[in-house]
Amino acid sequence: MSGHYSFLITSLGVLSCAFCVYVARRAKLIDNEGLPLFFFPRLFNYLIWLFKEIFISNLNTAKVIISGKIEPETFTVKASQSTDVAKVTYANSITLTPGTVTTKIKDNMFEVHALNSDFGKDVRSNVMDKKVKWLEGDQ
Amino acid sequence: MDLFIDVITGLCFFVGSLSIIIGACGLIKLPDVFSRIHAAGMIDTGGTAFFLLGMILQTGWSLITVKLILIGVFVFFTSPVTSHVTANLARQKNLMPVGKKIGKLL
Repeated sequence: MSGHYSFLITSLGVLSCAFCVYVARRAKLIDNEGLPLFFFPRLFNYLIWLFKEIFISNLNTAKVIISGKIEPETFTVKASQSTDVAKVTYANSITLTPGTVTTKIKDNMFEVHALNSDFGKDVRSNVMDKKVKWLEGDQ
Repeated sequence: MDLFIDVITGLCFFVGSLSIIIGACGLIKLPDVFSRIHAAGMIDTGGTAFFLLGMILQTGWSLITVKLILIGVFVFFTSPVTSHVTANLARQKNLMPVGKKIGKLL
């Protein structure tokens, strides 16, 4: 990443990576949660949709802040995903779109705080839930 | 072509600064912790995204572009986690958000 690719520096990098893996194995830190490979085929489509969603809700949050029409509401939604990674993705996506924040998680119920009833309706319509379920595929 | 890219960059910086300023106003103006998190979320999605986009347009294709994209990726993954931790801690301390509650809460 620094633009230096001499033999010494590259081999030092490879060696330190190998040493880290060795230490982690010896300390039994490695669990069965690896890179979620099953996400990758559909990830691109999902990210484009998520960026669009973030942009729209950024505009809406800005409108709410400027106009001062704040009526916060708290509610729970159910996550229909089966794997933990997909649940994390769903909760992160809710938090990432401004105007909605996941405040508490218990099993597959999320408690969500929304800035306005419009944001609340968006989350409760389960569109994002279905998108993440689709992203997960048939696991 | 250079002028075109400069204009687009300027526009990106303008929109980014605007969303950071509105977010900062929201941080002061909104009533409680939970609402303020939304304003902070606006700063770290809208603000950083537009600033990084502007900078990427200026650097063109080089190693710096890769680094800027990596900054974006890390902010993209860490900012919702910090927002969630803040909100979750506030809930654990039995702080209830203002406004209406729909249904039974956890």
